[in-house]
Amino acid sequence: MATVRASSPRPIAPLAIAASGRLRRPRAAKLGERLVELGLAACGLVSLLTTVGIIVVLAGETLAFFRDVGLTDFLFDTQWTPLFADKHFGIWPLLAGTVLTAGIAMAVAIPLGLAAAIYLSEYAPASQRRVLKPALEVLAGVPTIVYGYFALIVLTPILQKVVPDLAGFNALSPGIMMGIMIVPLVSSLSEDALRAVPNSLREAAYGLGASKLSSIFRVVLPSAMSGISSAAILAISRAVGETMIVTIAAGQQPRLTADPRVPVETMTAYIVQVSMGDVPTGTPEYRTIFAVAASLFVLTAVMNLASDALRRRFKSERSDG
Amino acid sequence: MAKTSSGTRRRWPERVFVAVCLFALALPLGTLVYLLVDVAIDSIPRMTADFLGGYPSRRATRAGILPGLVGSAYLILMTGALALPIGIGAAVYLEEYAPKNRWTWLLEINIANLAGVPSVIYGLLGLGVFVRALSLDRSLFAGACTLALLVMPIVITSSREALRTVPAHYREACYALGSTKWQTVRQVVLPTAMPGIMTGSILSLARAIGETAPLVVVGAVTYVTFLPEVFGESFTALPIQIFDWVRRPQEAFLHNAAAGIVVLLGVMLALNSLAIWLRDRMERATR
Repeated sequence: MATVRASSPRPIAPLAIAASGRLRRPRAAKLGERLVELGLAACGLVSLLTTVGIIVVLAGETLAFFRDVGLTDFLFDTQWTPLFADKHFGIWPLLAGTVLTAGIAMAVAIPLGLAAAIYLSEYAPASQRRVLKPALEVLAGVPTIVYGYFALIVLTPILQKVVPDLAGFNALSPGIMMGIMIVPLVSSLSEDALRAVPNSLREAAYGLGASKLSSIFRVVLPSAMSGISSAAILAISRAVGETMIVTIAAGQQPRLTADPRVPVETMTAYIVQVSMGDVPTGTPEYRTIFAVAASLFVLTAVMNLASDALRRRFKSERSDG
Repeated sequence: MAKTSSGTRRRWPERVFVAVCLFALALPLGTLVYLLVDVAIDSIPRMTADFLGGYPSRRATRAGILPGLVGSAYLILMTGALALPIGIGAAVYLEEYAPKNRWTWLLEINIANLAGVPSVIYGLLGLGVFVRALSLDRSLFAGACTLALLVMPIVITSSREALRTVPAHYREACYALGSTKWQTVRQVVLPTAMPGIMTGSILSLARAIGETAPLVVVGAVTYVTFLPEVFGESFTALPIQIFDWVRRPQEAFLHNAAAGIVVLLGVMLALNSLAIWLRDRMERATR
């Protein structure tokens, strides 16, 4: 896919600049500058307001929710049936659905992504990289609803021939699909980490008689481990937050299970399900989506921060080494 | 035996490993190709003019995608109009004006964090702020505002990268000639970075067009028999329509979904090509 890159050097017309700048009196010019700066800073402020908005919206409804439903119920009940007559509000089934699908996705994405990264970084000539990297980026650019369609319509029937007792809605199919979608993320970040390892380390390994394979697994990979872990955590966060693939292919039955062959429901799919239904606003049942969303937000925010911290540590290791 | 480019012989464990790596690359790419071919084949029965120009219907063979197309077109234009000025403005502020202090660092961390927030949560933000608090109802405008917030971190990040590629001596030369900061930015830095900024912006809009979850949460409906208006009471979009069709059990609707997907991918391809063409054109113009 297209990348951002520098334009070729543009001939400056310095006289044009000096001449076309309006010759205002100094104080008016300064005021104009100041206004521009404030305007631009306000643009930056919008992003802060976005985060504030998310926190306010989620926290407001979640706190209202916990006034009706106890926090202990939410954290420790093992059933999630807010829309049924016998209401339970334990988050565990939804959490299990999310963890199961994300876990399957990681079992696919991390080995494939890492292997791809190692190949691209250590073995592939520049000509191959020029083709393979954009090709992988295309994978990341396909809308998730297309993957959802594929998981339900194509992948599940294929898997049903191979896996006994695989239900029409299950965790395996969307999990695998998410994994494939996330491979570019893992491979691109891991490849950056691997390429950041200085060549002197590889050469030192060769100098000591190591084979290429040995040097990769014993020197380069451990050296890049913080960067690769950062990539892995980001990938998990991505899988946890994924919505459409699981909504379409995983089902809508919250279930506390580790069996990938049965329908489950993830936190994200639940939010979509209730949003589309006709649960009246202002009720605890309706507020469940905000409580679930708040949990999701905290989960992904923690993982994103951890990934960021690991990446910064990786960078600082590089600059010392 | 296989030789590496430096001429040494590669022993068999390494050859196996390289084969595994190549398989790791081939599997996702092969899956993608299979997926695209499969969708294209599935869509053939429904890729007709009345599909593209028709309205949704209970009968699969009569259902069309026009409201979805129009809705998505409106959404992209409005999302762009909202997200690009603010996003590029924020990028200019961070790159050219912001002092290197703790507040700026907070702002940068915040933007990085926002890029990783799941899209459903943006949907809930849009629901709480735009649909309810600002009483915009479940309109196209509310949807566009939501998507604009979703897309903004990407616009900011790619614009900053484009601004960073402008050589420092351009700015220094302007200051040396007595330009103010804004004159420098407006007349030299921004135009120089514009190809990169435009590419990044169009790519982010291409991504926005495929977003389904936030629109579902904000309240896009799936059965729309009229063309949506900007401040109307309901709207639909291309991915929403596809989502609705995928969920239906009748097989006929799956052909509709496949056709809808082909249209969606076609639009995205067009946008990506536009981004590349625009960038090349702008670069040639400044040469």
